[in-house]
Formats: sequence, C-alpha cells, structure tokens
Amino acid sequence: MKELIIDALTENLPQVLGFVDEQLEAAQCPVKIQMQIDIAVEEIFVNIAHYAYEQEVGTAAVRVEVTNEPPAVQITFIDQGIPYDPLAKADPDVTLSIEERQIGGLGIFMVKKTMDDVEYKYLDGHNVLTLKKGLVSK
Amino acid sequence: MEIRKETNAGTLNIAISGRVDTTTAPALENELKDSYDSCEALVLDFKDVEYISSAGLRVLLSAQKVMSKKGGMKLVNVSRDIMEIFEVTGFTDILTIE
Repeated sequence: MKELIIDALTENLPQVLGFVDEQLEAAQCPVKIQMQIDIAVEEIFVNIAHYAYEQEVGTAAVRVEVTNEPPAVQITFIDQGIPYDPLAKADPDVTLSIEERQIGGLGIFMVKKTMDDVEYKYLDGHNVLTLKKGLVSK
Repeated sequence: MEIRKETNAGTLNIAISGRVDTTTAPALENELKDSYDSCEALVLDFKDVEYISSAGLRVLLSAQKVMSKKGGMKLVNVSRDIMEIFEVTGFTDILTIE
C-alpha cells in the first residue's frame, strides 16, 4: 500500500494524479481504465478540496492498494473535514434536453458509473471514501 | 492543455490538446467566453484531447447552451475513450458530435 498525504487544495490535483498514475502504470493498468480512475480520483479529491475544510486548509490522505488476483486497485481518500457523503446526492437526470440539463452533479455520477464499487464511511471523525476498480478491460 | 483558435467566415475553430480537468478547464472557459460575441458557430476539435473530467464537461455544457441560441456548436475528431465518457454522462444526446 502506498500513501500520499497532501493539503486538500485544487492546485495539488496534478500531484495526486501523478501519485495514483505511478501506481497504476506499475500495475500495467490499461490506458482507458487509467483514465476512468483518474476522472474518479479528480472528482473525489476536488470535492474534498472544495468542501471538507471550508475556508481552512486541511489534509487529505490518498491510499493506493493494488492486488494481483484478480488484478484490481483500491483507492481510499481520508479527510478530517465536515462529515459529508458525496454518494447521498441524487444522480442528475442525464436524459434531459440541453435547456433543462443542470450544470453540476455529473462528477460523482461518473464515479458511480465507471468504478466497480464506491463506498463512503464516517469513521472516528474521518470521511473515508473508497473506490474499487478491476484492472482488466472488459 | 493547449488551445489553438482559427476563425473562418464566422465559424470559430478551436483545437484543444492535452487534459481538460479541474486545473485547466477555467482557461478553456475564459477563452470561450471571450469568443462568443465574435463568432456565429463553434467547432471544437478534440483530436488531441487525452482526458476530460466533469470540470471540462461543465464547460462544454455551458458552451452548448450559449451556442444553441446562435449558429450551433459541434465537436469533431472525438476519440473512442472520450466518446465513452460522453455516453456515460448522456452528453452524446445533447452535443453534436461528428
């Protein structure tokens, strides 16, 4: 398991993605799956950066665990900010026309759609969000 | 992310390359906002777009909303991986993709 602890700031996104990509590349993750994982990581990290600590700067821990049988990755985000379950939000209606479509809510929806499993827990004052994704193209 | 602009008889062509994410999408949004008044139609060339997150999708959605009241907007040269993102989010139904 590899861990990165970083200030939860949007400008640190490239570092977070660099850290995750390094592990995925070492695991020979297919490019398409890597892109889906990057999108999910971006959504979750940016959510923490925007909402967890209000005006203050706090940290986020990003843990990446790669398993071999079956080839899969588990990425866990931990912050000590305001308790917030991003999965509780209703999915946007993706069938609406251009005039009716709302801007926003798409990020978490993409995460739910592209990851194999997404789980949120509030544990001992920490928001813990876990993403799971198989590393074999379907 | 890099942006190249070219205007041809009222149609603005914007070629985007690289990653359209939370850190780069604002630059694309500003570029588009500056261009709306001076163009009738908009073509976004996605040939060299490697990645787009919801921050980029939001920019596309607002651009589509503005341009649908003018001469329209279309995306060209969208790769298969990016197309899948548009499919998951229902964007294939609201964007014109050629």
